Amino acid sequence: MRAVFFGTALVSVLAVLLICLFLFGNGLPALFKIGPGRFLLGQEWSPADVPPLFGILPMIAGSVYVTATALVLGTPVGLLTAVFLARVCPPRLYRLLKPGVDLLAGIPSVVYGFFGMAAIVPHFRSSILSAGILLGIMILPTMTAIAESALRSVPPQYYEGALALGAGHYRAVFRVILPAARSGVLAAVVLGLGRAVGETMAVIMVAGNQARMPGSIFEGVRTMTANIVLEMGYAAELHREALIATGVVLFVFILLINLCFSALNRRKN
Amino acid sequence: MNVFEIAQLNLWYGSFQALKNVGLAAADGEITALIGPSGCGKSTLLKVLNRMNDLEPECRITGSVLLRGEDIYGGMNVNELRKRVGMVFQKPNPFPMSVYDNIAFGPRTHGVKSRLELDETVEMSLRQAAIWDEVKDRLRKSALGLSGGQQQRLCIARALAVAPEVLLLDEPTSALDPISTGKIEELLLELKNNYSIIIVTHNMQQATRISDKTAFFLLGEMVEYGDTEKIFTLPRDKRTEDYVTGRFG
Repeated sequence: MRAVFFGTALVSVLAVLLICLFLFGNGLPALFKIGPGRFLLGQEWSPADVPPLFGILPMIAGSVYVTATALVLGTPVGLLTAVFLARVCPPRLYRLLKPGVDLLAGIPSVVYGFFGMAAIVPHFRSSILSAGILLGIMILPTMTAIAESALRSVPPQYYEGALALGAGHYRAVFRVILPAARSGVLAAVVLGLGRAVGETMAVIMVAGNQARMPGSIFEGVRTMTANIVLEMGYAAELHREALIATGVVLFVFILLINLCFSALNRRKN
Repeated sequence: MNVFEIAQLNLWYGSFQALKNVGLAAADGEITALIGPSGCGKSTLLKVLNRMNDLEPECRITGSVLLRGEDIYGGMNVNELRKRVGMVFQKPNPFPMSVYDNIAFGPRTHGVKSRLELDETVEMSLRQAAIWDEVKDRLRKSALGLSGGQQQRLCIARALAVAPEVLLLDEPTSALDPISTGKIEELLLELKNNYSIIIVTHNMQQATRISDKTAFFLLGEMVEYGDTEKIFTLPRDKRTEDYVTGRFG
């Protein structure tokens, strides 16, 4: 019986290992064939040219800009929602609001994409801003849920101590409880960040997908995830490997974010 | 002069009556001890005095509580009340921030912004709580790194920093070792020259060591109130006698 449990536990570890193996095995050779400098810092992505150019800096920039915009827009809303749910909202309203926020997490990203095309793109065209707004909404449930539980786990003695000094409810919440939940709240932001970097479908539908360095947030952009999905269908040889190498870069990004997340969790405990 | 005058105070949690017709006057410059077995209402009474019981759901109160003649349940701003009536809890509860920020939290809450003024208040409060020498080199470090006894004195300093008129203490030494307890008792005797102190304690020796007046509670009723010496040597009520001689509780 033990062996069965051990085996099932191994499945996920094995999956991660296999993904690493496949990704690095197929991606790294291309990375070195193209040259790490020209691949990571090259500003031109034209696989059809002769000779082809595989510079993914525009896509790295695209992912960074879109994610940053999403965080700038989503973090205040997500954290304030968490504060509201955990410390302000009356129980009756909570029973209505909480499932509403949770429901956001269950909506398929292609549906978000449709929403973005119908409601956001007409105002801001296909651009970094559109993708940022949409992703800002998509990261809300993750961020809110983690931040809310961090806020709830702050011992009530802190709140009482603040009140006993003559602080009002909001001062106690924002100056004592929120700082006390700092690491959990940061973890919420980092997890939202991970979700935003990895999102693909919704972003493709509203970001424009032009493989060039963006000049402003009102211009279209292509993220790393979009780059892989859009071209994988017809790519071959070095082009195909370059896309897998893009996946390697994305994977390293996500890995770093997860390391941050677990470091924050460790500090919390 | 009396700092607190409580008359005909009744308190219910839902349908449970936790305080029954309590009347008590706490004088300036004295330490008043509230004693009695667990669940007798002494901590509840303490929480009535700075309205921390407002946090309890379904808490209902009748009667009057006057702070220097002002009814604290009659339109007094509750934050202002808590500034005038400081509280120290059973379990030391320093905020998870630096020693300095812990002490400065109160003054900042009440609008003090000047760096100089805050520095002075922090030092003065820590000195008053007899902990300055132990923390002066680590004001910027987290208060959670202090020992339990130090944390409790820090909490006393934090309460003093808003210049209260009264200090309420809810079994402040029950979580501490005897040496820390001794330090805090010494400190309270020192502080009573400037503040009125009302302390809930489980420890009857503590009541005899530090308090001027003692009130004995049983099942929500204030059985007896008077000079501490009298309560412990010549109690009028049989129940008080049984309790202070250790026959129950």
